[in-house]
Amino acid sequence: MTSASTPASVARTGTGSDSGTARATEGGARSGTAVAYLRHAAGKLAGAAVSLLAVLVTSFFLFRIIPGDPVKTMTHGMPTTAEQLATLRRQFGLDLPLWQQFTDYCAKALTGDLGTSYQFRAPVGELIAQKLPATLLLTGTAVVLYSALGLWLGTRSAWRHGSLGDRLNTGVALTLWSVPSFWLGLLLIIVFSVGVGPVPGLFPTGGMESGTGETGLGYALDVAHHMVLPVLTLVAVGYAQTLLVMRSSLLDEMGGDYLTTARAKGLRDDAVRRRHAVPNALLPTVTMVFINLGHVAAGSILVETVFSWPGLGGLFYQALSVPDLPLVQGLFVVFAGAMIMTNLIADLLYPLLDPRVGR
Amino acid sequence: MTSEPYVTAAALARRRRRASLARFWHRYRAHRAGLWGLAGLTLIGLVALTAPLTVGADVQSVTNAPGTALASPSAEFPLGTDQFGRSLLGLLIWGARISLLVGLLAASLSVAIGTLVGILAGHYGGWFSTVVMRVTDWFLVMPALVLAIVLATVMSRSVWTVVLAIGVTSWPTTARLVRAQTIAVESRPYIERATALGGGDGHVMTRHVLPNVMPLVLAQTTLGISTAILTEATLAFLGLGDPTVVSWGGMLQDAREAGAVSSGHWWYLAPPGIAIALVALAFTLCGRAVESVLNPKLGVGR
Repeated sequence: MTSASTPASVARTGTGSDSGTARATEGGARSGTAVAYLRHAAGKLAGAAVSLLAVLVTSFFLFRIIPGDPVKTMTHGMPTTAEQLATLRRQFGLDLPLWQQFTDYCAKALTGDLGTSYQFRAPVGELIAQKLPATLLLTGTAVVLYSALGLWLGTRSAWRHGSLGDRLNTGVALTLWSVPSFWLGLLLIIVFSVGVGPVPGLFPTGGMESGTGETGLGYALDVAHHMVLPVLTLVAVGYAQTLLVMRSSLLDEMGGDYLTTARAKGLRDDAVRRRHAVPNALLPTVTMVFINLGHVAAGSILVETVFSWPGLGGLFYQALSVPDLPLVQGLFVVFAGAMIMTNLIADLLYPLLDPRVGR
Repeated sequence: MTSEPYVTAAALARRRRRASLARFWHRYRAHRAGLWGLAGLTLIGLVALTAPLTVGADVQSVTNAPGTALASPSAEFPLGTDQFGRSLLGLLIWGARISLLVGLLAASLSVAIGTLVGILAGHYGGWFSTVVMRVTDWFLVMPALVLAIVLATVMSRSVWTVVLAIGVTSWPTTARLVRAQTIAVESRPYIERATALGGGDGHVMTRHVLPNVMPLVLAQTTLGISTAILTEATLAFLGLGDPTVVSWGGMLQDAREAGAVSSGHWWYLAPPGIAIALVALAFTLCGRAVESVLNPKLGVGR
């Protein structure tokens, strides 16, 4: 990389050849990159559609073929006659040929009909829609907090890599990363909700609200009070990944000549870090945060179970313990679909954030 | 080679292998965190292997448990007892066996699938590689934990189900890495020489590519074990493990069901979680050290 322009600005405006020709034929170059971007986006959209179809295929065959006869599973432990089994089979469309069952299943799933839960006797789609906001609130808060924490600590760690602070930071993060989230949650409940020795119970043991019928600000504060421990658990086990990715991508950037140039210009260390190094190192980390959004939703299964949080994860656990197969199946599709969507968003955003990609 | 003018090819290969192993150990020793991890693993491995002598299989027995139910820590039972009156320290030691076993087996299965897929995709290329890597990408996008939970739900409860559920959901990362390494290895001239001398696909893959991807595979296995142990604990905690064997995740589930949380029995709850975290951390530290010895560019740091 030449020192003609500061490489930080090169990275921001595009590759060298791009910015060179951009001024002369601005309109042409811009529509050219727009077409390239649209082609990239169309490819990613098609890929996501295929992945979604593959999820439907998996969920259909996993639940139809591996567990044996679904009707027998449904009536497990109940005395049933052969006639009753036949009636049930007809009722659920299980007497039709397999390919027809499959097309029926896909058509229904695409219109949001994911079957009927055995234990709640309600449509699976409706149950999921009811629990979704609670999960979004919990995981959204946790993702924002642990991304910010990971970015901040990762930057500090990389900037003084090898120092005592760096080793301490990485060590703590790796230790928390190795801790099972459900165990940490249970421990936090013992210490801060039940209370150990002189420590009184500061936070509720579970749930999302006290049910005292408060409205407005009082309700918001009550929910926030219930959210402290679950969010703390998710942040503690999750921030390590952001920290480590930010640390290694900043370490990669720190070898760059443009930082030497920036220092030679007489910029203070702080400005070199904030204006030059960090913006370039942010890209991989931001993508990873997006990709992880879907993982967090799935990871919240345990935390929601431990804290009786009324979200999708808690619902999944309830479905598993029966096992309520249509509900498990529906949630599997929703969790996998969420992953595919967040990956798609990351894929679509990445070329916009980093012009070096996808052109 | 002056002292021994005539050396057989096998002896030469053995000597070189020993030298490279010594070199590896020399570089590994520079990573203090890696050494801590190794020491921890040795200790835990010894505890798990000697468990039949120290605590014995009787520790699992519900019918003739030695103590009273849910006793606090005492001289006889340093960590107290569970709801059946079994010694929690004994269960903790016995549980190490199943956690390590499942971790090792599941990570090996996952890495074996990943290596096989990666080498085949990298070696054959073309449409075969495209299709295989599409499937790999799809598995990479799937939430592995959810898929493992679903697999464990629809199959019968056993240790093998857990191994299978973890193994078949966690191989895609290895497959991607191994494929890239295979392509890099196959572009080297000595592969051309091997094919010119009549070496077939099988010969190239097993004799040239496989030994070259082995270090990478080793690092992946070490890192994979800690994830596998955590997943095993998670599945057991959700009640999807084998109910007849004692494992750390299962102990946590028992503790929760026995009301250890609401009654504040931290001595029941804390040790299994600490054990899981320590083992997972030890494997992670070793894996990172191996990785940075093999690939110093990764910037893992010391």
